[in-house]
Amino acid sequence: MRPLPVLPQLPDGRLEEGFAESKPAYNEAEAVTEANRCLYCVDAPCVKSCPTGIDIPEFIRKIATGNVKGAARTILAENILGYSCARVCPVEVLCAGGCVYNAWGRQPIAIGRLQRFATETTLAQGGMRALYASKIKPKTGKRVALVGAGPASLAAAALLAMEGHECVIFERKQYAGGLNTLGIAPYKLKANDAMKEIAWIFELGAIELRTGTSVVSGDISIEGTVTAKSLLRDFDAVFLGLGLGPDSALGAKNEAGPGVYGAVDLIEKIKSDPAMTLKGVTHALVIGGGNTAIDIAHELALLNVGDVAMVYRRGREDMSAYAHEIEYGMKHGVRVLTERVLTEVVRDASGNVTHGKLARAQGGKPVPGTEETVPCQLIAMAIGQSRATEVATAFDGVALDSKGRVVVDPTTHRTGNAKVWSGGDCVNGGKEVVNAAQEAKLAVRDMLRALAG
Amino acid sequence: MADLEITFCGVKSPNPFWLASAPPANTGGQVMRAFDAGWGGAVWKTLGDPITNVSSRFGGIDYANARMMGLNNIELITDRPLEVNLKEMYEVKKRYPKHTLVASLMVETRENWREIIKKVEDVGSDILELNFGCPHGMCERGMGSAVGQEPKVLEEITRWVVEDAKVPVIVKLTPNTGDINEPAEAAAKGGAHAISLINTIKSLIGVDLEKMVPNPRVATKSTNGGYCGPAVKPIALFMVSQVAKNELSGKLPISGIGGISNWRDAAEFIALGATSVQVCTAVMHYGYRIVEDMIEGLSDFLDSKGMKSVEELRGKALDSYVEWGDLDLDYNIKAQINADTCIGCNLCYTACMDGAHQCIHIPGRTKEQSLAAGHYHIPDSVPLVPVKVAGIPAGRHVPVVDEHECIGCNLCALVCPVPGTITMVERAGSLGKKETWNDRVAQGRDLNPGSLESTVAKRAKR
Ligand SMILES: Cc1cc2nc3c(=O)[nH]c(=O)nc-3n(C[C@H](O)[C@H](O)[C@H](O)COP(=O)(O)OP(=O)(O)OC[C@H]3O[C@@H](n4cnc5c(N)ncnc54)[C@H](O)[C@@H]3O)c2cc1C
Ligand SMILES: Cc1cc2nc3c(=O)[nH]c(=O)nc-3n(C[C@H](O)[C@H](O)[C@H](O)COP(=O)(O)O)c2cc1C
Ligand code: SF4
Ligand code: SF4
Ligand code: SF4
Repeated sequence: MRPLPVLPQLPDGRLEEGFAESKPAYNEAEAVTEANRCLYCVDAPCVKSCPTGIDIPEFIRKIATGNVKGAARTILAENILGYSCARVCPVEVLCAGGCVYNAWGRQPIAIGRLQRFATETTLAQGGMRALYASKIKPKTGKRVALVGAGPASLAAAALLAMEGHECVIFERKQYAGGLNTLGIAPYKLKANDAMKEIAWIFELGAIELRTGTSVVSGDISIEGTVTAKSLLRDFDAVFLGLGLGPDSALGAKNEAGPGVYGAVDLIEKIKSDPAMTLKGVTHALVIGGGNTAIDIAHELALLNVGDVAMVYRRGREDMSAYAHEIEYGMKHGVRVLTERVLTEVVRDASGNVTHGKLARAQGGKPVPGTEETVPCQLIAMAIGQSRATEVATAFDGVALDSKGRVVVDPTTHRTGNAKVWSGGDCVNGGKEVVNAAQEAKLAVRDMLRALAG
Repeated sequence: MADLEITFCGVKSPNPFWLASAPPANTGGQVMRAFDAGWGGAVWKTLGDPITNVSSRFGGIDYANARMMGLNNIELITDRPLEVNLKEMYEVKKRYPKHTLVASLMVETRENWREIIKKVEDVGSDILELNFGCPHGMCERGMGSAVGQEPKVLEEITRWVVEDAKVPVIVKLTPNTGDINEPAEAAAKGGAHAISLINTIKSLIGVDLEKMVPNPRVATKSTNGGYCGPAVKPIALFMVSQVAKNELSGKLPISGIGGISNWRDAAEFIALGATSVQVCTAVMHYGYRIVEDMIEGLSDFLDSKGMKSVEELRGKALDSYVEWGDLDLDYNIKAQINADTCIGCNLCYTACMDGAHQCIHIPGRTKEQSLAAGHYHIPDSVPLVPVKVAGIPAGRHVPVVDEHECIGCNLCALVCPVPGTITMVERAGSLGKKETWNDRVAQGRDLNPGSLESTVAKRAKR
């Protein structure tokens, strides 16, 4: 077998390492006990609430009978990223949110934790290769280029590799995994665990990873880039898993400068950069009301920043963050300030942030003259991510919609170019890992037809 | 993955999982759906002169949060016209030639047997199964368990059938008998090619105390029925192993039935000598879909043991099943509690106090308190180990086993709600060498101190 690509290990000394797991792994006894609670429903609502449609009752029953390997097969058959999804999926609003026990006023089945038990236990013994050894097809000689090494591309590569197609993944960053490695709250999944899953995927077949390589438009490729044109020329098919772009800026006065971070950027530093510290930060403001906002606020609170306030311009009911995440963050000290807008960042002579000016908001707009100044040494902007999809248009025929999302046929995930497919955040505008996995699955089904023809 | 194909009386079956003769194998449409789901064979709902069933046929017994631990039924054999069943059986065999089609039969006279054997063989049945087991309704008409309970009659009818049949014949036994060896031997003597067991156990599932009528209630009355489902598995395992160990019947292939719900249950029946297994209640509860886990689980299990076929597993546990007198009296185990996983419910304590040997202690008591609570032996130290599992209020402690007194009965481990928390660990025995009761009998040492005077006197004369 070809030597596996060496995945860069994350250095020691990162802030992420100190986090405890919010949903620790079940041991066998706990898993079997919980599995036996499942009713093994037919046409089960939990399955309908899983974007990848995992046969949840079947895998849970298999855990109950001691057929843990079979449980992992059932999971991975629909969702090849079943391991990380078990840990990062917002199950409260997905599968477990659909569980019939809710209607009965009882705790829904802990589907995520059971899924983790099955996949983790099984994959720890020989990875995916052991599980799929007899299913992996011989080489076809066909080559597929995948742009971006996030969950969408990784899921696609896994499924393509099992069918014998050779995959080359181009990733502009140093680490593979996209936001699954660099963005997930550390109390759910740490970067090294995300890397573990990537290693299992790479064992499935011929998958090559080129990190530090951006795919660019235009005709010239300089060091660290490849052109879209060359991919179309050199590969039989292309998958675009571009994700989203950098954090958007708010436009408050004095916003640019040290101490003000984009939330996704700050999370990436917490997870991957040993140089990142929060020394001297006792008060922090997080601007935004979505899931990224509550994640970074929660992370800062758990990193012992004494006062973390989430500042949102509309009402609590308008916040797009999941209620269970907000509650959980508040339990660990996050304060939620609604109907307020950050108008100015106050800095001292050396440029360090000392305060933020918050105005009352009406209809999301600041009301002049209502500003108050609150102390803070750090501000995280979590008001959304920009698009990273311009490069997609360098592939002839690929179009973007008015919101900058790559346009695909929703059943096949094929773009306007017959050789190019796409899925994940760059198509759906930013959802979950599980959506990326599902979209990659749909894309691969169609790619396999095309590659066979 | 290990190959699950079996050969039963010379008939190949894609796997050992068959539907038992019961409602799940009532019609052709059902059997075909079951084969599509993965079942390897089906024993058709018993054929004979169609009967009339009552409405309200089943009763269930729940245990704690689990529904239908046991099922009781007062259903009879098929109520559908013979030609309808035959037509559908023909269709099934034509569409699924590789699957095993077994015709279950129950009729009265020799002429009846001759006629029905010919008819089911003509539609392609691979095997016949003689239903000598139904414990209600049919037995009152001189069939079913009325035959199964009379070894002579059973042998006689078996012989008729074997003489007339061109395909192999399974005799299905009733558990409603004093010694299962008797009907098993009778079947073997009658020339049966295989034995299946168990049919349902005579039972009365419960009483509706408001209406003062047992369940299931049919208008104002009820009747006894046949018990099956997970609750009967231990009885079925015992009987299968008896038949497998029997010198006569042990030569015949066995189809194990009774309380099988998953691959593990099936593997246990096979390890005790079954070649195929049959399932009824679990399918009635959860549907044909359970076979996916059975196939996958058994196959993975065989792989994990390095076994290449089901045949390699067959009977693997039989040799270690012996009579009581051959057990090692020097074997010595003690309960051990894992302080990391104990949740401090003290169920082990109460079980040992009231149901065993008063050797589990609650830490923190004085010697006087312990004696007052009912202990007879106070160990030198009862360490105060706090319950470690997160979320348990402070001040609770892990119970402590007094090894000096523990007799290794397993009760605490059985009641502990956290599987794996109480394990039984092996300790050196007091005898220092293996010794069985039969050894002692052989050596004339089978009299324990404190025996009855009359026994002592009798032994002295020996
Ligand atoms: C803070 C945060 C927390 C989240 N928490 C959760 C959670 O708990 N659960 C959950 O399910 N989801 C969560 N998500 C969402 C989830 O991470 C994304 O939906 C998922 O990662 C999308 O996968 P993707 O492959 O489409 O994109 P990404 O993960 O963004 O990966 C895209 C990759 O493509 C690379 N790339 C982009 N353009 C190029 C190019 N031109 N050349 C080369 N490489 C390129 C990028 O560097 C990146 O590595 C979270 C998101 C954020 C921001
Ligand atoms: C409703 C019902 C009907 C049954 N009918 C028959 C039958 O017609 N013939 C027969 O041989 N056994 C019959 N049985 C017995 C089953 O075939 C089987 O031997 C028994 O249920 C034990 O298996 P189980 O524990 O998997 O249910 C019936 C059982 C049930 C529950
Ligand atoms: S809805 Fe709940 S109880 Fe029913 S199968 Fe799904 S997890 Fe199990
Ligand atoms: S299970 Fe079906 S046939 Fe039986 S009582 Fe209910 S609805 Fe009627
Ligand atoms: S029964 Fe088990 S969990 Fe309960 S106290 Fe005893 S050892 Fe602990």
